[in-house]
Amino acid sequence: MKSVATLILLIVTPVSASAIDIFACEPEWGSLATELAGDKANVTVATTAFQDPHRLQAKPSLIAAIRRANMVICTGADLEIGWLPLLLRRAGNSSIQAGNPGHFMAADYVRKLEVPKIIDRSQGDIHPQGNPHVHLDPRNIRRIGIALGDRLREIDPANAAYYDSRLADFQSRWNESIDVWEQNSADLAGIRLASNHRSFSYFAAWLDLNIVATLEPKPGIPASGAQLATLLEQLSSNPPAAVIRTPYANERPSKWLSTQLKIPEVKLPYTIGGADNVSDLFALFEESIAILRELAQ
Amino acid sequence: MTMKFKSVIALLFIVGAYAPVAYAENLAVEVAELRALLMETRRDYEDRISDLETRLASAEQLASGAKRDASEAFEIAEQTAIDQSSSTSAANTFNPALGAVLSGRYGSVDEAWEEIPGFQPAGEIGTGESGFALGEAEINLKANVDDRFFGNLTFAIADEEGEVEVELEEAWLQTAGLPAGITVTGGRLFSATGYINGFHRHTDDFADRPLPYQAFFGGQYVVDGLQARWIAPTPLLFELGAELNWGSGFPAAGEADSSPGAYTLFAKLGGDVGVSHSWQLGISWLSADALERGDTATFSGDSELAVADFVWKWAPHGNSVQRNLKLQGEYFSRSESGVFDGLVYDGDQTGWYLQGVWQFTPRWRLGLRHDVVDADNGPLLVGTQLEDPGRSSSRDSLMLDWSPSEFSRLRLQYTNDQVLADTGQQWLLQYIMSLGAHGAHAF
Repeated sequence: MKSVATLILLIVTPVSASAIDIFACEPEWGSLATELAGDKANVTVATTAFQDPHRLQAKPSLIAAIRRANMVICTGADLEIGWLPLLLRRAGNSSIQAGNPGHFMAADYVRKLEVPKIIDRSQGDIHPQGNPHVHLDPRNIRRIGIALGDRLREIDPANAAYYDSRLADFQSRWNESIDVWEQNSADLAGIRLASNHRSFSYFAAWLDLNIVATLEPKPGIPASGAQLATLLEQLSSNPPAAVIRTPYANERPSKWLSTQLKIPEVKLPYTIGGADNVSDLFALFEESIAILRELAQ
Repeated sequence: MTMKFKSVIALLFIVGAYAPVAYAENLAVEVAELRALLMETRRDYEDRISDLETRLASAEQLASGAKRDASEAFEIAEQTAIDQSSSTSAANTFNPALGAVLSGRYGSVDEAWEEIPGFQPAGEIGTGESGFALGEAEINLKANVDDRFFGNLTFAIADEEGEVEVELEEAWLQTAGLPAGITVTGGRLFSATGYINGFHRHTDDFADRPLPYQAFFGGQYVVDGLQARWIAPTPLLFELGAELNWGSGFPAAGEADSSPGAYTLFAKLGGDVGVSHSWQLGISWLSADALERGDTATFSGDSELAVADFVWKWAPHGNSVQRNLKLQGEYFSRSESGVFDGLVYDGDQTGWYLQGVWQFTPRWRLGLRHDVVDADNGPLLVGTQLEDPGRSSSRDSLMLDWSPSEFSRLRLQYTNDQVLADTGQQWLLQYIMSLGAHGAHAF
């Protein structure tokens, strides 16, 4: 009995009191948290680039992770509606519940695109607040970074100066990078692309790419053979430069359409870990632009 | 400036021309004058330079101000757009999340049963009849009550032989603001005993519950009381919990009393292996007092049940959307002692099931299940409901389901049924549709 009590005490005692535990729903927010919090935070990322963030389950490892978190950083805008509310309810953790500083939803700080006019499931698995894939516009990352910096200071005031300096450093590097990316991708403006899901809307809006078709007839609903055939007919007279998709999307419809149209099928990294060399937010944009530039040539 | 410069040059020239004549007397005076002139010129230059510097600084300040104004204007425009894209408030803004589940089935059933030999029947069990049967229409409301409590209400509307019945399935409140991994739930709730007991039946992978659930819980064990759970701050999920039940949900039964009629202890352990595998193990202990349990013949005494469960899920890269495999099983062991139908009764029953569900392509799943229950009730109860059948009851089921979206599912299930002495064949075609609020993706 005494040994059991000791064991429980050992389990309950926090491993490290100095660093804050951050639970990031998607890899992009994990990377942003690491940029801003450095070694003052232990970051756990719930999903990988190969997992559809809409469709995750509240699995045991995530319940254990969110229970220990001081802060949750997620996209919001209903992207994680199927699993985050359940995780929060199961967590037994007051500091990360909605309304507390430890609850940070990135999409709250940016303007959403594609806000649906009709909110009805006949339109597919739509998000009433708009397209939630906000991280692929680096200007959104800048805005979210500022908000996240404020939040980190609030949660961990002892290290406020540290977060301030990391934020300033990140912002200056990020702004420089945005300038470089915008210069490098000037020739991409207007490039015509077909996309599997509406995952790249913000990226397209930023670089003025022209996404002429989405393979999914409605968000979250895979295309049937007949629908793909119709799409092929529509696109065959003026094929786009490529079919793009996320690493987690089903490759078959994209591959089929690209073969029929004799255009490349391209897997864009979409988030951190989506390609071997994409290890942080900077590399994500560099690689995405490099892939598209190769197409444009 | 050039004028002064020229006059200095001219002066120097004049001084140079008359030098031999007036050298001695004028030299000291002229040097002084020259020096004064030079000083004046230098001051003049310095004034002009500092004037230029001031103008340059103020121009620079203006330029950076203009830049700041522009970026501020951009921020204001962006903020306005963000504010406008948020929804407006109305009286119904705080409506709870509302969801409904509609289900029904068409069945072809031979050898229908409503009782499992050797077990006291309870709840909604059995094969059902051939033909179309409307399932329960389930309505769920849930919302945060305030910053400390979360509330959930589920009621089911069913047609029981021509009479519409409303059944209160769940009505519970849960703490939302407790720290240290503690969650307390109170009201009417699905017990955390076993693995699938906590789930609504419409989320099951087969059209009916496994035999041990039907035999030991009457389909589902419902607690009217309190549940407390604690999650350890460990990388693996380690959870302990307890429940106190004052209700008469099977296997408990009896009068409301100040002490609970049943209690449960449970522990769960779970985690991941790599990114593609997730697992959970559970053990539960349910101890219930029964007082005149049953309709025709009644049981009074103690019921002790132990359940061990596991679930293992696999999906390539952990992405279950394309393909995934789910394997689960539970083992039940119960001991009951007391008085049944006026006779001394001391029986042991066991049951288990094992099932696998394979999503081989998006939207399509194939499942296989084997479920068994076995009663060892002793020789004293011959002629009663609990007469030992001398054999176990088992089934084998095969199902195929298709989900056009996350919210709809159509299922075909075939069962080879050996619950009764005669083997029966069942075909079921089932639909399950979810309306409204997005369902939770529980593990």
